Amino acid sequence: MSVAQPLIAMPATARSRALKDRLLVGLLGFSILLTLGILVVILGVVAVRGAGQISWTFLTQPPREGLTGGGIYPAIVGTAALVLLMTIVAVPFGVATAVYLHEYTPREGPRLAWGRYAASKGQKGRVALFRRVLSAGLATIVRSAVANLAGVPSIVFGLFGLGFFIQFVGRALDRWTQPPGEIVWGQGSLIWAAMTLALLTLPTVIVATEEALRTVPPEQREASLALGATRWETIRRIVLPASLPGILTGAILGVSRGAGEVAPILFTGAAYYLPFLPHHVTDQFMHLGYHVLILSTQSPDVDATEPLLYGTVFVLLGLTFLLNLTGVLIRSRTRARLGGR
Amino acid sequence: MIRDRARRWVDAFMTVLFSSTGAVAIVFIFLIFLFTFKEALPVFTDPEVRKDANLAQFFVNAKPAEHFEERYVWQPTSEQPKMSMIPLLLGTFKSTFIALLFACPVGVAAALFSSEFASRRMREIVKPVVELLAGIPSVVLGFFALLVLASWLQSAFHFTYRLNAYNAGLALGIALLPIIFTISEDGLAAVPRGYREASMALGATRVQTAIKVVLPAAVPAVFAAFVLAFGRAIGETMILLMAGGNAAIASFSLNDPLRTLSATIAAELGEVVFGSAHYAALFFIGTLLFAITFISNSLGNLIIAKMRRRMQGDAA
Repeated sequence: MSVAQPLIAMPATARSRALKDRLLVGLLGFSILLTLGILVVILGVVAVRGAGQISWTFLTQPPREGLTGGGIYPAIVGTAALVLLMTIVAVPFGVATAVYLHEYTPREGPRLAWGRYAASKGQKGRVALFRRVLSAGLATIVRSAVANLAGVPSIVFGLFGLGFFIQFVGRALDRWTQPPGEIVWGQGSLIWAAMTLALLTLPTVIVATEEALRTVPPEQREASLALGATRWETIRRIVLPASLPGILTGAILGVSRGAGEVAPILFTGAAYYLPFLPHHVTDQFMHLGYHVLILSTQSPDVDATEPLLYGTVFVLLGLTFLLNLTGVLIRSRTRARLGGR
Repeated sequence: MIRDRARRWVDAFMTVLFSSTGAVAIVFIFLIFLFTFKEALPVFTDPEVRKDANLAQFFVNAKPAEHFEERYVWQPTSEQPKMSMIPLLLGTFKSTFIALLFACPVGVAAALFSSEFASRRMREIVKPVVELLAGIPSVVLGFFALLVLASWLQSAFHFTYRLNAYNAGLALGIALLPIIFTISEDGLAAVPRGYREASMALGATRVQTAIKVVLPAAVPAVFAAFVLAFGRAIGETMILLMAGGNAAIASFSLNDPLRTLSATIAAELGEVVFGSAHYAALFFIGTLLFAITFISNSLGNLIIAKMRRRMQGDAA
């Protein structure tokens, strides 16, 4: 698409401009290379120094000798349990919220809905129009709440988990279910950490699900409704099956983000070291990310821990990337099927 | 028909169910603020707590001392607790400053290249790669900065302290890059084709078009990207906790180790006495972080929504 250039006697200004142009493009291209380079370097360093640590013993043994030997088995199990619990809470809830936002609220914004209502003076069916105004308003509030939830710092989620789930909900449960003085729920544990993380991943799931629902053509819904199906039947039989890959992608991306977060679980249940595996949702747990923090900042013997540290990071990165990659692959395959972006 | 009636009932039930889950999202964002603020409230109300932890103590009061560093001190667990947040604020601003200084130009330049000059195939590689970068847990970035990046920078620049604002800021910048890239790229791609065609038709080169037409048209999106990245930088914890050097010093120097607001919560909440002045102060920091990020996120999202509406208007 280049503009025709004069073949001979290019004026000096034009030539210097061409040079400047090329320099600029080079600079922009360099930024991309830098970005890719950073990823390659981080992955490279972790892979080179970490992959060698992976062995059967490392993956199936608990830490030994004050974290300077042994493996990371409890941390793997703890992370898996945490992620599973978090998924059970976050995904159904997130999908339901997205379905509400996209299927149960009017497409127009509250302002437009209000305009229609105001213009309908003296006509029949004004109540329905007014209900649309309320519904559109609620949807706007929910959307901005979700957008803001996505921006709340993860450490604040940790504070919230401690203040709400443990001190408030947990203590209340103890008062009702346990003999006086006994503390079962009112302390850091698997369930509260999972709930905190679920809250953190919720926005990712909601946004991705809504995007997936948007790809289902409205005609399909209308056809289903015209055939006499109720709205719920339309959602269950038509909309959800069609948007399943997109929902899956969102769920996986959300879960992989949650799997690597450490700040929210610092005070809600992650343990420095546990000789046993968690058996109950009220047990504390070890976690790969938290283990990385502990090994890199509180090791009694830095040289002895370093190989273990690289091994742990390798496993953690492997886990999140595997999840991420699955999500991205599912999405790009669906996109290819639907054609274009 | 009974069957039909049952179907209507199920439908009505599901409507209520879905609507209430929608409402719960609002309830939780409200609860987060409420419960963080509730624990911080003694800073304003409890005279016992206010002796050591109050707004004047946090932001204004200075100890009589010669050096700036000795006047503003964060030592909440000493015999005579000193809770000036000046050192923590300085730490947060220093690391955020370096991070934005690095990530903003690189992120926008990469986005501009990707949207205006990259081939389709290249774009298909770049986008997932950026997503993978975004998918690196921050504890891993912190680990990388602490063990690897710090050593490299140390041997290259011979800093007095191995962990300093440059090291922490760069690592934080890596976390911001994907945010800035993605949002700017979306904004650039949303600029209507007509803008580019008009510019080229007037004889501008592709580079001129990109820099002088497309980029200015997408300025709101780029600005929104910076604002959202700022919000993330203020709240980011693990990277700063690990790579910042963990020293609450009231210093303007980028060569000194630092401690941010967020890292302070992470480092101290584990050992704090429940209900003490220190405890309330940490939750006050949490409220502060919540407020700052809430404002910057609202602003960023508002700009994006505005821009999207305008671009749709232009394209039509």
